[in-house]
Amino acid sequence: MEKYFHSVTLDEDKCMGCTNCIKRCPTEAIRVRNGKARIINERCIDCGECIRICPYRAKKAITDEFSCIEKFKYKIAIPAPTIYGQFKPEISRNRILNAFKAIGFDDVYEVARAAEYVTYATRKLVLDDASPKPLISSACPAVVRLIQVRFPSLIDNLIKLESPMEVAAKIVKKKAAEKKGIDPSDIGAFFITPCAAKATSVKAPYESKKSSVDGVISIKDVYLKLISSMDRSNDTELLTKAGFEGIRWANSGGEGLAVGTDRFLAVDGIHNVISIFEEVENDKIENVDFIEALACTGGCLGGPLAVENLYVAKTRIKKHVDDAKALKDDRQPLETYDENMVWTEEIAYKPVMKLDNDIREAMRKLEALEIINRGLPGLDCGACGAPSCRALSEDIVRGIAVETDCIFKLREKVRDLASQMKELEDRRPPVMGNDKG
Amino acid sequence: MADGLMKLHYEIPADDLTYAGEASSSVKKVLVQLGINPVQIKKAAVSMYEAEINAVIHGHGGAADIEIGNGRIFICIEDKGPGIPDLELAMQEGWSTASDEVREMGFGAGMGLPNIKRYADKLDIETETGKGTKVMITVMYPNT
Repeated sequence: MEKYFHSVTLDEDKCMGCTNCIKRCPTEAIRVRNGKARIINERCIDCGECIRICPYRAKKAITDEFSCIEKFKYKIAIPAPTIYGQFKPEISRNRILNAFKAIGFDDVYEVARAAEYVTYATRKLVLDDASPKPLISSACPAVVRLIQVRFPSLIDNLIKLESPMEVAAKIVKKKAAEKKGIDPSDIGAFFITPCAAKATSVKAPYESKKSSVDGVISIKDVYLKLISSMDRSNDTELLTKAGFEGIRWANSGGEGLAVGTDRFLAVDGIHNVISIFEEVENDKIENVDFIEALACTGGCLGGPLAVENLYVAKTRIKKHVDDAKALKDDRQPLETYDENMVWTEEIAYKPVMKLDNDIREAMRKLEALEIINRGLPGLDCGACGAPSCRALSEDIVRGIAVETDCIFKLREKVRDLASQMKELEDRRPPVMGNDKG
Repeated sequence: MADGLMKLHYEIPADDLTYAGEASSSVKKVLVQLGINPVQIKKAAVSMYEAEINAVIHGHGGAADIEIGNGRIFICIEDKGPGIPDLELAMQEGWSTASDEVREMGFGAGMGLPNIKRYADKLDIETETGKGTKVMITVMYPNT
Protein backbone atom coordinates (compact mmCIF):
# COMPACT_ATOMS: atom_id res chain seq x y z
CA MET A 1 0.00 0.00 0.00
CA GLU A 2 1.11 3.56 -0.65
CA LYS A 3 2.32 5.53 2.31
CA TYR A 4 -0.64 7.89 2.07
CA PHE A 5 -3.82 6.68 0.54
CA HIS A 6 -6.46 9.29 -0.01
CA SER A 7 -9.87 8.89 -1.47
CA VAL A 8 -9.97 12.55 -2.45
CA THR A 9 -8.02 13.02 -5.67
CA LEU A 10 -7.76 15.37 -8.61
CA ASP A 11 -8.95 14.90 -12.15
CA GLU A 12 -6.14 16.79 -13.93
CA ASP A 13 -8.05 17.20 -17.18
CA LYS A 14 -10.91 19.00 -15.51
CA CYS A 15 -8.89 21.20 -13.14
CA MET A 16 -8.70 24.82 -14.28
CA GLY A 17 -6.23 25.83 -11.60
CA CYS A 18 -8.66 28.24 -9.95
CA THR A 19 -8.46 29.19 -6.28
CA ASN A 20 -11.76 27.83 -4.97
CA CYS A 21 -10.44 24.65 -3.38
CA ILE A 22 -7.22 26.07 -1.93
CA LYS A 23 -9.19 28.66 -0.01
CA ARG A 24 -11.78 26.23 1.30
CA CYS A 25 -9.42 23.52 2.54
CA PRO A 26 -9.41 23.41 6.37
CA THR A 27 -5.84 22.12 6.61
CA GLU A 28 -4.33 24.26 3.81
CA ALA A 29 -3.54 21.04 1.98
CA ILE A 30 -3.91 22.27 -1.59
CA ARG A 31 -1.62 24.40 -3.77
CA VAL A 32 -1.98 25.29 -7.43
CA ARG A 33 1.14 24.47 -9.43
CA ASN A 34 1.47 24.72 -13.22
CA GLY A 35 -2.20 25.49 -13.50
CA LYS A 36 -3.35 22.41 -11.57
CA ALA A 37 -4.35 21.85 -7.97
CA ARG A 38 -1.97 19.65 -6.01
CA ILE A 39 -3.06 17.92 -2.82
CA ILE A 40 -0.43 17.69 -0.09
CA ASN A 41 -1.07 14.13 1.05
CA GLU A 42 0.24 14.44 4.60
CA ARG A 43 -2.23 17.24 5.29
CA CYS A 44 -5.37 15.98 3.54
CA ILE A 45 -8.03 14.70 5.95
CA ASP A 46 -10.49 13.60 3.23
CA CYS A 47 -13.21 15.93 4.43
CA GLY A 48 -14.50 16.43 0.89
CA GLU A 49 -14.78 20.24 1.11
CA CYS A 50 -12.83 20.59 -2.15
CA ILE A 51 -15.14 18.14 -3.91
CA ARG A 52 -18.14 20.22 -2.94
CA ILE A 53 -16.63 23.59 -3.81
CA CYS A 54 -15.03 22.72 -7.17
CA PRO A 55 -17.07 24.33 -9.97
CA TYR A 56 -15.43 22.12 -12.60
CA ARG A 57 -15.99 18.81 -10.77
CA ALA A 58 -12.26 18.21 -10.89
CA LYS A 59 -12.07 16.81 -7.38
CA LYS A 60 -13.34 13.32 -6.91
CA ALA A 61 -13.48 10.62 -4.30
CA ILE A 62 -12.06 7.29 -5.29
CA THR A 63 -14.40 4.50 -4.30
CA ASP A 64 -14.72 0.95 -5.56
CA GLU A 65 -16.65 0.17 -8.70
CA PHE A 66 -19.84 -1.78 -8.35
CA SER A 67 -18.27 -4.71 -10.19
CA CYS A 68 -15.85 -5.26 -7.30
CA ILE A 69 -18.56 -7.26 -5.54
CA GLU A 70 -18.01 -10.03 -8.09
CA LYS A 71 -14.73 -10.94 -6.43
CA PHE A 72 -16.70 -12.62 -3.64
CA LYS A 73 -19.09 -15.56 -3.77
CA TYR A 74 -21.31 -14.21 -1.00
CA LYS A 75 -21.92 -10.47 -1.27
CA ILE A 76 -23.38 -8.39 1.51
CA ALA A 77 -24.40 -4.74 1.25
CA ILE A 78 -24.05 -2.64 4.37
CA PRO A 79 -25.69 0.70 3.52
CA ALA A 80 -25.11 3.83 5.60
CA PRO A 81 -28.29 5.26 7.16
CA THR A 82 -28.02 8.15 4.68
CA ILE A 83 -29.39 5.79 2.01
CA TYR A 84 -32.93 6.18 3.38
CA GLY A 85 -32.93 9.89 2.61
CA GLN A 86 -32.23 9.38 -1.08
CA PHE A 87 -35.59 8.05 -2.25
CA LYS A 88 -39.16 9.26 -2.42
CA PRO A 89 -41.00 9.20 0.90
CA GLU A 90 -43.53 6.58 -0.20
CA ILE A 91 -40.74 4.01 -0.64
CA SER A 92 -40.40 2.13 2.61
CA ARG A 93 -37.12 1.31 4.25
CA ASN A 94 -37.73 -2.38 3.71
CA ARG A 95 -38.23 -1.81 0.00
CA ILE A 96 -34.97 0.08 -0.24
CA LEU A 97 -33.16 -2.77 1.52
CA ASN A 98 -34.79 -5.40 -0.67
CA ALA A 99 -33.66 -3.47 -3.75
CA PHE A 100 -30.05 -4.23 -2.74
CA LYS A 101 -30.84 -7.95 -3.04
CA ALA A 102 -32.41 -7.31 -6.41
CA ILE A 103 -29.28 -5.66 -7.79
CA GLY A 104 -26.94 -8.52 -6.95
CA PHE A 105 -26.28 -8.70 -3.23
CA ASP A 106 -27.00 -11.92 -1.33
CA ASP A 107 -27.73 -10.15 1.90
CA VAL A 108 -28.07 -6.67 3.33
CA TYR A 109 -27.49 -5.40 6.85
CA GLU A 110 -28.25 -1.89 8.06
CA VAL A 111 -25.27 0.06 9.37
CA ALA A 112 -27.96 1.92 11.33
CA ARG A 113 -28.39 -1.22 13.44
CA ALA A 114 -24.66 -1.40 14.13
CA ALA A 115 -24.79 2.29 15.03
CA GLU A 116 -27.09 1.35 17.89
CA TYR A 117 -24.50 -1.08 19.26
CA VAL A 118 -21.92 1.66 19.07
CA THR A 119 -24.36 3.93 20.88
CA TYR A 120 -24.78 1.43 23.73
CA ALA A 121 -21.02 1.23 24.16
CA THR A 122 -20.70 5.03 23.93
CA ARG A 123 -23.32 5.49 26.67
CA LYS A 124 -21.21 3.43 29.04
CA LEU A 125 -18.15 5.56 28.33
CA VAL A 126 -20.04 8.82 28.73
CA LEU A 127 -21.39 7.70 32.11
CA ASP A 128 -17.96 6.57 33.28
CA ASP A 129 -16.43 9.28 35.48
CA ALA A 130 -12.97 8.02 34.60
CA SER A 131 -13.19 8.94 30.90
CA PRO A 132 -11.86 12.34 29.86
CA LYS A 133 -14.59 14.86 29.10
CA PRO A 134 -15.86 15.99 26.76
CA LEU A 135 -15.65 12.74 24.88
CA ILE A 136 -15.53 13.24 21.13
CA SER A 137 -17.19 10.82 18.73
CA SER A 138 -14.90 9.10 16.25
CA ALA A 139 -17.74 8.24 13.87
CA CYS A 140 -16.56 10.81 11.31
CA PRO A 141 -13.15 9.78 9.97
CA ALA A 142 -12.39 13.27 8.64
CA VAL A 143 -12.84 14.62 12.17
CA VAL A 144 -10.48 11.99 13.56
CA ARG A 145 -7.85 12.97 11.00
CA LEU A 146 -8.46 16.65 11.70
CA ILE A 147 -7.69 15.99 15.36
CA GLN A 148 -4.53 14.14 14.33
CA VAL A 149 -3.14 17.09 12.37
CA ARG A 150 -4.60 20.12 14.15
CA PHE A 151 -5.83 19.22 17.64
CA PRO A 152 -3.38 16.69 19.09
CA SER A 153 -4.35 17.59 22.65
CA LEU A 154 -7.82 16.18 21.91
CA ILE A 155 -6.60 12.71 20.89
CA ASP A 156 -7.26 11.47 24.45
CA ASN A 157 -10.86 12.72 24.24
CA LEU A 158 -11.66 10.64 21.16
CA ILE A 159 -13.96 7.70 21.72
CA LYS A 160 -11.81 4.87 20.47
CA LEU A 161 -14.62 2.57 19.44
CA GLU A 162 -15.01 1.02 16.02
CA SER A 163 -17.32 2.80 13.62
CA PRO A 164 -20.81 1.43 12.88
CA MET A 165 -19.50 0.48 9.42
CA GLU A 166 -16.82 -1.82 10.90
CA VAL A 167 -19.19 -3.27 13.46
CA ALA A 168 -21.79 -3.98 10.77
CA ALA A 169 -19.23 -5.75 8.58
CA LYS A 170 -18.08 -7.92 11.48
CA ILE A 171 -21.59 -8.88 12.57
CA VAL A 172 -22.85 -9.74 9.15
CA LYS A 173 -19.79 -11.70 8.03
CA LYS A 174 -19.76 -13.73 11.20
CA LYS A 175 -23.44 -14.49 10.85
CA ALA A 176 -23.06 -15.61 7.23
CA ALA A 177 -20.16 -17.88 8.12
CA GLU A 178 -21.94 -19.43 11.11
CA LYS A 179 -25.50 -19.73 9.87
CA LYS A 180 -24.89 -20.48 6.22
CA GLY A 181 -21.58 -22.30 6.59
CA ILE A 182 -19.86 -20.14 4.02
CA ASP A 183 -16.07 -19.96 3.96
CA PRO A 184 -15.19 -16.55 5.49
CA SER A 185 -12.82 -15.80 2.61
CA ASP A 186 -15.77 -16.03 0.21
CA ILE A 187 -17.80 -13.40 2.07
CA GLY A 188 -17.51 -9.77 1.01
CA ALA A 189 -19.07 -6.85 2.91
CA PHE A 190 -19.58 -3.66 0.91
CA PHE A 191 -20.23 -0.32 2.50
CA ILE A 192 -22.63 1.89 0.56
CA THR A 193 -21.40 5.35 1.37
CA PRO A 194 -22.12 9.07 1.07
CA CYS A 195 -18.62 9.74 2.40
CA ALA A 196 -15.18 10.07 0.82
CA ALA A 197 -13.33 9.73 4.11
CA LYS A 198 -14.86 6.31 4.75
CA ALA A 199 -13.23 5.00 1.59
CA THR A 200 -9.89 6.11 2.99
CA SER A 201 -10.74 4.47 6.31
CA VAL A 202 -11.20 1.12 4.66
CA LYS A 203 -8.07 1.30 2.48
CA ALA A 204 -5.86 2.87 5.15
CA PRO A 205 -7.50 2.33 8.56
CA TYR A 206 -6.18 4.10 11.64
CA GLU A 207 -8.08 2.08 14.24
CA SER A 208 -6.92 -1.40 13.26
CA LYS A 209 -4.42 -3.12 10.99
CA LYS A 210 -7.07 -4.20 8.53
CA SER A 211 -10.66 -3.18 7.92
CA SER A 212 -13.42 -5.81 7.93
CA VAL A 213 -15.03 -4.04 4.99
CA ASP A 214 -14.10 -5.42 1.58
CA GLY A 215 -15.21 -2.58 -0.63
CA VAL A 216 -16.68 0.90 -0.51
CA ILE A 217 -19.26 1.83 -3.13
CA SER A 218 -20.62 5.34 -3.36
CA ILE A 219 -24.35 5.95 -3.07
CA LYS A 220 -24.31 7.76 -6.40
CA ASP A 221 -22.88 4.67 -8.11
CA VAL A 222 -25.73 2.38 -6.97
CA TYR A 223 -28.51 4.96 -7.00
CA LEU A 224 -29.84 4.35 -10.51
CA LYS A 225 -29.53 0.58 -10.16
CA LEU A 226 -31.54 0.71 -6.96
CA ILE A 227 -34.20 2.99 -8.44
CA SER A 228 -34.85 0.63 -11.31
CA SER A 229 -35.09 -2.34 -8.93
CA MET A 230 -37.42 -0.75 -6.46
CA ASP A 231 -40.30 -2.79 -7.63
CA ARG A 232 -42.94 -3.66 -5.09
CA SER A 233 -42.64 -7.31 -6.08
CA ASN A 234 -39.11 -7.36 -4.72
CA ASP A 235 -40.30 -6.24 -1.31
CA THR A 236 -40.61 -9.76 0.02
CA GLU A 237 -38.24 -10.29 2.90
CA LEU A 238 -38.25 -8.42 6.21
CA LEU A 239 -34.80 -6.89 6.31
CA THR A 240 -35.24 -3.89 8.62
CA LYS A 241 -33.53 -4.33 11.95
CA ALA A 242 -32.58 -0.84 13.03
CA GLY A 243 -34.60 1.33 15.35
CA PHE A 244 -35.16 5.04 14.99
CA GLU A 245 -32.05 5.90 16.98
CA GLY A 246 -29.79 4.19 14.48
CA ILE A 247 -31.56 5.68 11.47
CA ARG A 248 -31.25 9.14 12.95
CA TRP A 249 -27.44 8.86 12.91
CA ALA A 250 -27.60 10.08 9.29
CA ASN A 251 -28.58 13.50 10.61
CA SER A 252 -26.41 15.92 12.45
CA GLY A 253 -27.39 15.54 16.11
CA GLY A 254 -28.64 11.98 15.66
CA GLU A 255 -25.74 10.26 17.33
CA GLY A 256 -25.75 12.79 20.16
CA LEU A 257 -29.47 12.33 20.83
CA ALA A 258 -29.04 8.56 20.89
CA VAL A 259 -26.41 8.75 23.62
CA GLY A 260 -29.16 9.87 25.94
CA THR A 261 -27.55 12.72 27.82
CA ASP A 262 -28.51 16.38 27.84
CA ARG A 263 -24.88 17.20 28.19
CA PHE A 264 -24.07 16.75 24.51
CA LEU A 265 -23.10 19.15 21.78
CA ALA A 266 -23.55 18.43 18.08
CA VAL A 267 -21.58 20.36 15.49
CA ASP A 268 -21.47 19.87 11.73
CA GLY A 269 -19.47 21.40 8.89
CA ILE A 270 -15.69 21.12 9.14
CA HIS A 271 -15.10 24.83 9.75
CA ASN A 272 -17.65 24.84 12.58
CA VAL A 273 -16.01 21.74 14.01
CA ILE A 274 -12.68 23.59 14.05
CA SER A 275 -14.23 26.52 16.00
CA ILE A 276 -15.68 24.15 18.59
CA PHE A 277 -12.40 22.24 18.96
CA GLU A 278 -10.57 25.54 19.47
CA GLU A 279 -12.97 26.23 22.34
CA VAL A 280 -12.51 22.76 23.79
CA GLU A 281 -8.74 23.26 23.67
CA ASN A 282 -9.16 26.52 25.58
CA ASP A 283 -11.28 24.74 28.22
CA LYS A 284 -14.17 27.00 27.28
CA ILE A 285 -16.79 24.30 26.75
CA GLU A 286 -18.54 23.61 30.02
CA ASN A 287 -21.20 21.08 31.03
CA VAL A 288 -20.68 18.98 27.94
CA ASP A 289 -19.80 15.29 28.22
CA PHE A 290 -20.15 14.25 24.61
CA ILE A 291 -19.39 15.98 21.34
CA GLU A 292 -20.74 14.73 18.06
CA ALA A 293 -18.66 16.36 15.33
CA LEU A 294 -19.34 15.75 11.66
CA ALA A 295 -17.24 17.18 8.83
CA CYS A 296 -20.11 17.58 6.39
CA THR A 297 -22.74 20.28 6.79
CA GLY A 298 -25.92 18.54 7.90
CA GLY A 299 -24.03 15.42 8.90
CA CYS A 300 -23.67 12.31 6.71
CA LEU A 301 -26.77 13.29 4.70
CA GLY A 302 -24.64 16.15 3.39
CA GLY A 303 -21.88 13.78 2.29
CA PRO A 304 -20.25 14.51 -1.08
CA LEU A 305 -21.25 11.13 -2.53
CA ALA A 306 -24.94 11.36 -1.65
CA VAL A 307 -27.38 12.07 -4.45
CA GLU A 308 -30.30 13.89 -2.88
CA ASN A 309 -30.16 17.46 -1.64
CA LEU A 310 -29.31 17.55 2.05
CA TYR A 311 -32.44 19.37 3.17
CA VAL A 312 -34.77 17.23 1.11
CA ALA A 313 -33.03 14.14 2.48
CA LYS A 314 -33.49 15.45 6.04
CA THR A 315 -37.25 15.60 5.65
CA ARG A 316 -37.28 12.09 4.26
CA ILE A 317 -35.17 10.69 7.07
CA LYS A 318 -37.56 12.22 9.53
CA LYS A 319 -40.37 10.14 8.05
CA HIS A 320 -38.33 6.94 8.37
CA VAL A 321 -37.47 7.87 11.96
CA ASP A 322 -41.17 8.43 12.75
CA ASP A 323 -42.15 5.15 11.07
CA ALA A 324 -39.53 3.28 13.07
CA LYS A 325 -40.67 4.97 16.26
CA ALA A 326 -44.25 3.84 15.63
CA LEU A 327 -43.06 0.29 15.10
CA LYS A 328 -40.93 0.27 18.18
CA ASP A 329 -43.07 -2.10 20.18
CA ASP A 330 -43.15 -4.97 17.74
CA ARG A 331 -39.57 -4.64 16.63
CA GLN A 332 -37.64 -7.84 16.25
CA PRO A 333 -35.89 -8.95 19.41
CA LEU A 334 -32.49 -7.31 19.54
CA GLU A 335 -29.50 -9.53 19.03
CA THR A 336 -26.83 -8.83 21.55
CA TYR A 337 -23.42 -7.82 20.41
CA ASP A 338 -20.75 -8.11 23.02
CA GLU A 339 -17.61 -8.19 20.92
CA ASN A 340 -14.94 -5.77 21.95
CA MET A 341 -15.26 -2.62 19.85
CA VAL A 342 -12.17 -0.87 21.13
CA TRP A 343 -9.54 0.15 18.55
CA THR A 344 -6.56 -2.13 18.31
CA GLU A 345 -4.22 0.56 17.01
CA GLU A 346 -3.23 3.87 18.57
CA ILE A 347 -3.43 7.08 16.61
CA ALA A 348 -0.61 9.58 16.84
CA TYR A 349 -0.17 13.30 16.34
CA LYS A 350 0.94 14.18 12.82
CA PRO A 351 2.84 17.44 13.17
CA VAL A 352 2.35 18.54 9.56
CA MET A 353 2.49 22.25 10.40
CA LYS A 354 5.92 21.99 12.02
CA LEU A 355 8.51 24.07 10.15
CA ASP A 356 11.60 22.09 11.12
CA ASN A 357 12.65 19.19 13.33
CA ASP A 358 15.22 21.40 15.02
CA ILE A 359 13.48 24.00 17.15
CA ARG A 360 16.17 26.66 16.64
CA GLU A 361 15.95 26.16 12.90
CA ALA A 362 12.14 26.31 13.16
CA MET A 363 12.48 29.64 15.00
CA ARG A 364 14.74 31.04 12.28
CA LYS A 365 12.25 29.93 9.65
CA LEU A 366 9.33 31.39 11.58
CA GLU A 367 11.03 34.75 11.92
CA ALA A 368 11.86 34.76 8.23
CA LEU A 369 8.24 33.81 7.57
CA GLU A 370 6.95 36.79 9.57
CA ILE A 371 9.24 39.20 7.72
CA ILE A 372 8.18 37.84 4.33
CA ASN A 373 4.54 37.95 5.38
CA ARG A 374 4.77 41.62 6.35
CA GLY A 375 6.10 42.37 2.86
CA LEU A 376 3.20 40.66 1.09
CA PRO A 377 0.03 42.59 0.19
CA GLY A 378 -2.24 40.71 2.61
CA LEU A 379 -5.01 40.32 0.06
CA ASP A 380 -5.04 36.52 0.27
CA CYS A 381 -5.93 36.50 -3.42
CA GLY A 382 -4.60 33.01 -4.02
CA ALA A 383 -3.02 33.91 -7.37
CA CYS A 384 0.31 32.51 -6.14
CA GLY A 385 -1.33 29.11 -5.70
CA ALA A 386 -1.29 29.24 -1.89
CA PRO A 387 -4.48 29.87 0.12
CA SER A 388 -3.24 33.02 1.88
CA CYS A 389 -0.28 35.39 2.01
CA ARG A 390 0.78 33.69 5.22
CA ALA A 391 0.63 30.27 3.61
CA LEU A 392 2.81 31.58 0.77
CA SER A 393 5.30 32.92 3.32
CA GLU A 394 5.32 29.49 4.91
CA ASP A 395 5.89 27.81 1.54
CA ILE A 396 8.78 30.21 0.85
CA VAL A 397 10.60 29.33 4.08
CA ARG A 398 9.92 25.66 3.42
CA GLY A 399 11.65 26.15 0.06
CA ILE A 400 8.69 25.20 -2.13
CA ALA A 401 7.82 28.71 -3.37
CA VAL A 402 9.54 32.02 -4.10
CA GLU A 403 8.55 35.59 -3.31
CA THR A 404 7.90 36.47 -6.94
CA ASP A 405 5.15 33.85 -7.03
CA CYS A 406 3.15 36.76 -5.62
CA ILE A 407 1.98 38.79 -8.62
CA PHE A 408 2.18 42.01 -6.63
CA LYS A 409 5.77 41.28 -5.63
CA LEU A 410 6.51 40.39 -9.23
CA ARG A 411 5.05 43.70 -10.44
CA GLU A 412 7.05 45.54 -7.80
CA LYS A 413 10.22 43.86 -9.07
CA VAL A 414 9.37 44.64 -12.69
CA ARG A 415 8.69 48.28 -11.79
CA ASP A 416 11.98 48.55 -9.91
CA LEU A 417 13.76 47.02 -12.84
CA ALA A 418 12.02 49.39 -15.26
CA SER A 419 13.01 52.45 -13.26
CA GLN A 420 16.56 51.16 -13.04
CA MET A 421 16.62 50.69 -16.81
CA LYS A 422 15.23 54.19 -17.29
CA GLU A 423 17.91 55.56 -15.01
CA LEU A 424 20.64 53.70 -16.90
CA GLU A 425 19.21 54.72 -20.21
CA ASP A 426 19.39 58.40 -19.18
CA ARG A 427 23.08 58.12 -18.45
CA ARG A 428 25.44 58.75 -21.35
CA PRO A 429 29.12 58.19 -21.63
CA PRO A 430 31.01 61.57 -21.43
CA VAL A 431 32.19 61.29 -25.06
CA MET A 432 28.58 61.38 -26.22
CA GLY A 433 27.88 64.78 -24.74
CA ASN A 434 26.03 65.97 -21.67
CA ASP A 435 25.49 63.43 -18.96
CA LYS A 436 21.99 64.08 -17.75
CA GLY A 437 22.39 61.64 -14.88
CA MET B 1 16.29 36.29 16.98
CA ALA B 2 19.06 36.64 19.51
CA ASP B 3 20.44 33.80 21.65
CA GLY B 4 17.91 31.34 20.26
CA LEU B 5 15.14 33.38 21.84
CA MET B 6 12.00 34.24 19.94
CA LYS B 7 10.03 37.30 21.01
CA LEU B 8 6.43 38.07 20.15
CA HIS B 9 4.29 41.05 20.99
CA TYR B 10 0.52 41.48 20.78
CA GLU B 11 -1.81 44.30 21.71
CA ILE B 12 -4.91 43.20 23.60
CA PRO B 13 -7.96 45.37 22.83
CA ALA B 14 -10.21 46.50 25.69
CA ASP B 15 -13.74 45.24 26.39
CA ASP B 16 -14.19 43.51 23.04
CA LEU B 17 -15.02 39.90 23.73
CA THR B 18 -15.73 39.04 20.09
CA TYR B 19 -12.05 39.05 19.24
CA ALA B 20 -10.79 38.04 22.66
CA GLY B 21 -8.36 35.16 22.51
CA GLU B 22 -6.72 36.14 19.23
CA ALA B 23 -3.29 36.66 20.77
CA SER B 24 -3.27 33.27 22.48
CA SER B 25 -4.60 31.67 19.33
CA SER B 26 -1.68 33.20 17.37
CA VAL B 27 0.80 32.00 19.97
CA LYS B 28 -0.68 28.53 19.74
CA LYS B 29 -0.06 28.53 15.98
CA VAL B 30 3.53 29.64 16.53
CA LEU B 31 4.15 26.86 19.05
CA VAL B 32 2.67 24.30 16.64
CA GLN B 33 4.95 25.52 13.84
CA LEU B 34 7.95 25.34 16.15
CA GLY B 35 7.13 21.71 16.82
CA ILE B 36 6.56 22.10 20.58
CA ASN B 37 4.94 19.05 22.19
CA PRO B 38 1.09 19.18 22.28
CA VAL B 39 1.03 18.89 26.08
CA GLN B 40 3.13 22.04 26.52
CA ILE B 41 1.19 23.81 23.78
CA LYS B 42 -2.03 23.17 25.63
CA LYS B 43 -0.57 24.42 28.93
CA ALA B 44 0.75 27.60 27.36
CA ALA B 45 -2.31 28.25 25.20
CA VAL B 46 -4.94 27.74 27.91
CA SER B 47 -3.09 29.73 30.57
CA MET B 48 -2.40 32.56 28.15
CA TYR B 49 -5.99 32.51 26.89
CA GLU B 50 -7.34 32.94 30.42
CA ALA B 51 -4.92 35.75 31.18
CA GLU B 52 -5.79 37.44 27.91
CA ILE B 53 -9.52 37.23 28.65
CA ASN B 54 -8.88 38.68 32.11
CA ALA B 55 -7.05 41.62 30.53
CA VAL B 56 -10.02 42.20 28.21
CA ILE B 57 -12.73 41.85 30.86
CA HIS B 58 -11.09 43.47 33.86
CA GLY B 59 -7.98 45.26 32.67
CA HIS B 60 -9.25 47.57 29.90
CA GLY B 61 -6.97 45.71 27.48
CA GLY B 62 -3.22 45.65 27.51
CA ALA B 63 -0.34 43.87 25.86
CA ALA B 64 1.12 40.40 25.68
CA ASP B 65 4.84 39.73 25.40
CA ILE B 66 6.07 36.25 24.79
CA GLU B 67 9.54 34.78 24.85
CA ILE B 68 10.20 31.30 23.57
CA GLY B 69 13.53 29.55 23.75
CA ASN B 70 15.97 27.45 25.77
CA GLY B 71 13.26 25.14 27.02
CA ARG B 72 10.99 27.88 28.30
CA ILE B 73 7.82 29.63 27.14
CA PHE B 74 7.45 32.88 29.05
CA ILE B 75 4.19 34.80 28.70
CA CYS B 76 3.73 38.23 30.23
CA ILE B 77 0.33 39.88 30.05
CA GLU B 78 0.18 43.39 31.38
CA ASP B 79 -2.84 45.66 31.74
CA LYS B 80 -3.45 49.14 33.07
CA GLY B 81 -6.67 48.13 34.79
CA PRO B 82 -7.92 48.50 38.36
CA GLY B 83 -5.59 45.86 39.80
CA ILE B 84 -6.61 43.00 42.08
CA PRO B 85 -7.25 44.20 45.65
CA ASP B 86 -7.21 40.74 47.22
CA LEU B 87 -5.13 38.33 45.18
CA GLU B 88 -5.66 35.39 47.50
CA LEU B 89 -9.42 35.70 47.09
CA ALA B 90 -9.12 36.09 43.33
CA MET B 91 -7.17 32.84 43.13
CA GLN B 92 -10.12 30.89 44.53
CA GLU B 93 -12.27 28.92 42.10
CA GLY B 94 -15.62 30.58 41.44
CA TRP B 95 -14.65 34.00 42.79
CA SER B 96 -15.43 36.62 40.19
CA THR B 97 -16.09 40.32 39.89
CA ALA B 98 -17.25 40.07 36.29
CA SER B 99 -20.41 41.91 35.22
CA ASP B 100 -23.64 40.13 34.30
CA GLU B 101 -23.10 41.01 30.64
CA VAL B 102 -19.74 39.31 30.67
CA ARG B 103 -21.21 36.28 32.40
CA GLU B 104 -23.99 36.05 29.85
CA MET B 105 -21.35 35.61 27.17
CA GLY B 106 -20.00 32.61 29.03
CA PHE B 107 -17.06 34.34 30.64
CA GLY B 108 -16.41 35.46 34.19
CA ALA B 109 -17.11 32.17 35.94
CA GLY B 110 -14.26 32.76 38.31
CA MET B 111 -12.08 30.07 36.82
CA GLY B 112 -9.57 32.34 35.08
CA LEU B 113 -6.78 32.68 37.62
CA PRO B 114 -7.25 29.19 39.09
CA ASN B 115 -7.02 27.76 35.57
CA ILE B 116 -3.86 29.72 34.84
CA LYS B 117 -2.34 28.35 38.02
CA ARG B 118 -3.36 24.85 37.04
CA TYR B 119 -1.73 24.98 33.61
CA ALA B 120 1.32 27.15 34.23
CA ASP B 121 4.54 25.59 35.49
CA LYS B 122 5.28 28.88 37.23
CA LEU B 123 2.97 31.81 37.84
CA ASP B 124 3.88 35.26 39.10
CA ILE B 125 1.38 38.04 39.50
CA GLU B 126 2.26 41.64 40.19
CA THR B 127 -0.73 43.82 40.88
CA GLU B 128 -1.36 47.23 42.30
CA THR B 129 -4.78 48.70 43.00
CA GLY B 130 -5.54 51.49 40.57
CA LYS B 131 -2.42 50.84 38.48
CA GLY B 132 -2.78 47.50 36.78
CA THR B 133 -1.85 43.83 36.77
CA LYS B 134 1.02 41.89 35.31
CA VAL B 135 0.54 38.14 34.92
CA MET B 136 3.71 36.18 34.19
CA ILE B 137 3.31 32.59 33.08
CA THR B 138 6.13 30.13 32.52
CA VAL B 139 5.72 26.79 30.77
CA MET B 140 8.78 24.58 30.40
CA TYR B 141 9.30 22.29 27.41
CA PRO B 142 11.96 19.60 26.88
CA ASN B 143 14.81 21.38 25.10
CA THR B 144 16.10 18.97 22.50
